Amino acid sequence: MAIVTLTIDGEQLSAKDDESLLQVARQHKIDIPTLCHLDGISDVGACRLCLVEVEGWTKLAPACTTRPLEGMVVHTSTDRLKKYRRMIVGLLASEGNHQCAVCTVNNHCELQNLAYDVGLLYVRVPYLYPDKHIDASHESFILDHNRCVLCTRCVRVCHEVEGAHVWDIAGRGIDCEIISDLNQPWGSSESCTSCGKCVLVCPTGALVKKGESVAEMEKHTEFLKYIVTARRKGEWISVDTDEE
Amino acid sequence: MATRTITISPVTRIEGHAKITIQLNEKGIVKDARFHVNEFRGFEKFCEGRMMWEMGGITSRICGICPTSHLITSAKAGDAILAIAIPETAQKLRRLITLAQWLQSHALSFFHLSSPDFLLGFDADPATRNIFGLIAHDKEFARRGIRLRKFGQEIIEVLGTRRIHTPWAVAGGVREPFDPAKREYLLNWIPEAKATAVMALEALKAIHTKFEHDIPNYGNFRSLFMGMVGDDGSLEYYDGTLRVMDGDGNIIADKINPIKYRDYFGEASEDWSYLKFPYYKPLGYAKGMYRVGPLARVNICDYIDTPMAEAERKIFKALAGDAGTVNNSFYYHYARLIEILFSVEKIEMLLNDPVILGQNVRAKAMINQDHGIGACEAPRGTLFHEYWVNEDGKLTKVDLVIATAQNNLAMNRTVRQLAMQYLDGAKVTEGILNRIEAGIRCFDPCLSCSTHAIGMMPMHVQVVDHENNVLCDVRR
Repeated sequence: MAIVTLTIDGEQLSAKDDESLLQVARQHKIDIPTLCHLDGISDVGACRLCLVEVEGWTKLAPACTTRPLEGMVVHTSTDRLKKYRRMIVGLLASEGNHQCAVCTVNNHCELQNLAYDVGLLYVRVPYLYPDKHIDASHESFILDHNRCVLCTRCVRVCHEVEGAHVWDIAGRGIDCEIISDLNQPWGSSESCTSCGKCVLVCPTGALVKKGESVAEMEKHTEFLKYIVTARRKGEWISVDTDEE
Repeated sequence: MATRTITISPVTRIEGHAKITIQLNEKGIVKDARFHVNEFRGFEKFCEGRMMWEMGGITSRICGICPTSHLITSAKAGDAILAIAIPETAQKLRRLITLAQWLQSHALSFFHLSSPDFLLGFDADPATRNIFGLIAHDKEFARRGIRLRKFGQEIIEVLGTRRIHTPWAVAGGVREPFDPAKREYLLNWIPEAKATAVMALEALKAIHTKFEHDIPNYGNFRSLFMGMVGDDGSLEYYDGTLRVMDGDGNIIADKINPIKYRDYFGEASEDWSYLKFPYYKPLGYAKGMYRVGPLARVNICDYIDTPMAEAERKIFKALAGDAGTVNNSFYYHYARLIEILFSVEKIEMLLNDPVILGQNVRAKAMINQDHGIGACEAPRGTLFHEYWVNEDGKLTKVDLVIATAQNNLAMNRTVRQLAMQYLDGAKVTEGILNRIEAGIRCFDPCLSCSTHAIGMMPMHVQVVDHENNVLCDVRR
């Protein structure tokens, strides 16, 4: 680990080189929108909302998986980035069936909040209205593919924190879908411990508690911080010994 | 035979969009008249595959005027699927919000939508014959009507945190207990609300005198009446049994458990309207026309268990004369105002009931039945939600029987009667159009259950001959 100095949005900062640009920016109260990122689990750079511009780089870089370098000059909120972020949220809205008004997490949804934050007033591309289904076979929870944005938070929290690895992604491209175990109904999963972590970290209404009505469910992710901190301190028995 | 058709489209100041066609024969005499509902919503189909618990929120989106009625009915269907009895507090709170729904919807129907016709006259300029014209004509009357509706909406907001589309009632009860701090606030509204209801009743009685020549033509015919009554035969709005009465005041079916409604009521379809035509099965489609809503409810109940409304019901019943039931659809307005008075009195009683302050408001259970029926009295009549679910709680089939649909046959009959009375050949005047519209408005139909422009919609009337040549084209 070394200390580097860089510039983010005109502000000269020093940072550890094993942190991400996102961490560094947030430590300095520079806001970058995210969706797939969640403190406590690994980053995969899937949603592309945290893309930033780095001077001298031809490509945009996801802040969550990019390390700070000496002399780096980063811009997090240019007009181009704002336009792209709006476009990304619009595309997410168009490719699922996101009916906020009748959604279980209405008013408590990260996708909905993002749409407000990036100023998504309308969606420019046609809605796809895909024919998705609901897996309600689990006794306590529901997986509604209509509302899934494939952020893979559930996949990661189940693998990295719970250690059960129930979830995976199946299919290619637009047909990608979250599956449990060997693509079987969630209720028949032998690996699921019914801990509910996936439900709590899901940013939308794709994973919800059974029996919740419209706009009723609120997600809480604070638990993750305590589990991860305890594990780092050795107060927790880690299942994933490879990480140590 | 040469026939001509007059089309009134869209019909204004109702909740939703519709058109009326009047068919004339070669002599210019009305042959038939039809009330078309040209909206298609598709809720029954696209709810399939959704979760049962979401249905309150989804079906309340059917309507912006009476979302609470759909919410309550959906919650009751959910109770049946969970196979549980809900806590008493929840039941009383649901009653409270149901009455608040009646109050705000009835106030809207009378003050905002219908009273401009009565107070400004059927022949008044349509540009001013609306709520704004009413405000200009009688500011205090309009203000009090708006405030009465506000009271109903305030109750809904206090209970459900929002006025429109609250998801507060759920299968098993309600989501949040009543906030005791708000009780006094709501009780403070009661004297004003009562006074406004009485004022409206007096105004309506003056209207009865003013339009005594018009009134007999407003859907004045015998039909069946259907609605809920309590165990003791009193006016009921949330949880009762169904009663069917004929146009002579004879009870022809009683104590029908709402879950048996299919045994008694069928639904027919016509190719010229998206609105179904429910009918009373034992008499068949042709003779099974029945009316629901305020006129039916006040007609069929033995009594009303609040003093002021009961006194008014007795005066209302005297209008029936020898018939036994008040058969003129114009008196929907009268019955609606009696129900407003009843709602205010009943709301007062419920607000003073300590049970509503209980904290146990929700029973939880998983799917115990694969089928559930919920029913309650929506402002416009008896509303049924019927759901079929799989073992996970996913809906496999949905059937919604909406109050307005049950008045469909009667509304068509009313349009025909008014057209026959007022239309002379192809000469279509503003006053005639509005009388026909006002006939529909007696039923306060909620067609899309969406809000509508106030007096701003274009009226389009066409007279068409049997070869579809447009003979006359009137727009406003």
